[in-house]
Amino acid sequence: MSGAVSSALPSSGAPLSRVNRAGGARRVLPGFHITLGFSIFYLCLIVLIPLSALVFKTFTLSWEQFWVAVTSPRVMASYRLTFGASLIAALVNAVFGLLVAWVLVRYKFPGKRIVDALVDLPFALPTAVAGISLTALLAGNGWIGQLLEPHGIKLAFTPAGIVIALIFIGLPFVVRTVQPVLEDAEKELEEAATSLGATRLQTFTKVIFPSIAPALLTGFAMAFARAIGEYGSVIFIAGNMPMISEITPLIIIGKLEQYDFAGATAVALVMLVISFILLLVINGLQAWQRRRAGA
Amino acid sequence: MSAPSKIIRRAQAGTTESVWVRWLLIAIALAFMFLFLVLPLAAVATEALRKGVGAYLEALKEPDAWSAIRLTLITAAISVPLNLVFGVAAAWAIAKFEFRGKAFLTTLVDLPFAVSPVVAGLIYVLVFGAQGWFGPWLAEHDIKIIFAVPGIVLATVFVTFPFIARELVPLMQAQGTDEEQAAIVLGATGWQTFWRVTLPNIKWGLLYGVILCNARAMGEFGAVSVVSGHIRGQTNTMPLHVEVLYNEYQSVAAFAVASLLAILALVTLVIKSVIEWRHEREMKAIAELPPERPTQA
Repeated sequence: MSGAVSSALPSSGAPLSRVNRAGGARRVLPGFHITLGFSIFYLCLIVLIPLSALVFKTFTLSWEQFWVAVTSPRVMASYRLTFGASLIAALVNAVFGLLVAWVLVRYKFPGKRIVDALVDLPFALPTAVAGISLTALLAGNGWIGQLLEPHGIKLAFTPAGIVIALIFIGLPFVVRTVQPVLEDAEKELEEAATSLGATRLQTFTKVIFPSIAPALLTGFAMAFARAIGEYGSVIFIAGNMPMISEITPLIIIGKLEQYDFAGATAVALVMLVISFILLLVINGLQAWQRRRAGA
Repeated sequence: MSAPSKIIRRAQAGTTESVWVRWLLIAIALAFMFLFLVLPLAAVATEALRKGVGAYLEALKEPDAWSAIRLTLITAAISVPLNLVFGVAAAWAIAKFEFRGKAFLTTLVDLPFAVSPVVAGLIYVLVFGAQGWFGPWLAEHDIKIIFAVPGIVLATVFVTFPFIARELVPLMQAQGTDEEQAAIVLGATGWQTFWRVTLPNIKWGLLYGVILCNARAMGEFGAVSVVSGHIRGQTNTMPLHVEVLYNEYQSVAAFAVASLLAILALVTLVIKSVIEWRHEREMKAIAELPPERPTQA
């Protein structure tokens, strides 16, 4: 989401790094202690202390209780559904996101700027609105549902509907990570490949694709991570049948509504650990991408 | 056809696709975007106006709808400025200074993006809820946080926490510290340097972060849903009100409120695009300056 604003700026060159290496910058500019202190204080207050409550609450459970809570059949079914649907949605987004990024960077067509701006719609549109409008489209009397129902295809209130909602939610991630890399790609490499006798397809698979692969993988991981935690858009379209179309975040809500705080916390901790691992993976991928771009 | 033009055509053929491949790819991409982005928007508008403009306006005049709109505005009005102050402070510390643990701090700032909204709501229930850490104390002093407005604000602050910091850190890192150092050396105070040097440089990035933060603050559903308690007319934000109406089969009313949120999303996209195009033009203007004075813009 960091967008074109930050990525297109020129980085100031050698003089700055010389100042930094001499250690001068630190002493000249004021406000280091107060801004860092405030940032850490606010981070602890809003994020770290509340998150630690999750860990402490889980410790009130014995290991057996914890294990039963996070591996009961209904919870296991929700993991399979959440991860399976997120994986399929992220894969679809990887393919179509790459295609959309490619078309936006390489080709000219009327209305391109509007299409480009529209890519970010899933970031801006509240998830509940996405949820009810996708449901309205795919339900038996909806514009798309109407066309599919006679052929025996049901999307709303099935796991397939969940995948559709997750595709919507994750759509911008792949486009926005691949797009800047494609823009910066050197045409000379492609010209060289062609003049050495490569076909266009060979140039794509052997020259272009390897250079955008790290960005593609990053976007895929981001879409996947977002899909796993998604709640708002999914619950309207899922049907929410236990064992069939009940996602893990909904399990947490269900346990909370039955005042099973410990059970809700245990499942939430599993999700938190998975999110944190995914965050580290994404950070690693981005570092890899930067090294590739710098080399 | 002369020889040079043939060579140019051959060279171009090497870096682009044949016409029909190009149009096929454009058609697939546009069809995908149409199905997943345009149709849902069109569906919101159609469903909201299904029973005519009168019914649409009637639905928006409901007192419960009004109180939801008011609560959403209050929530955004508190959480966006809080995260704005944090974003600027964190970006100043991270972008302008070197210190140990900087990469770790940056990861922690991103953490709320990775956490499921439902988990984000749950952690505040564990801290402030009836069975939570401060629950008994809060009950004794008759302070309500969970199932009340403060909880909604806290959950919203959590989910929108990284937006502005994330936008500013790379921007301020790219700009470096040269201009601020010059200002300080010439005798400016820290505040003067920030207001007159740093702020003009980051204003577009700041605005960009603020509008994205605002869109999420007004549209958050999962986290707010856990802490709100869904009390009609009191703790329902607009997205929660949409859910209540939808579950009561008041489709027109639900989509009417949803249409306001969709308009908010479209306005956000327009402002965002204008900022990006403006920035693109500024970058082009800088690139066209003579090389010996590259930063004169």
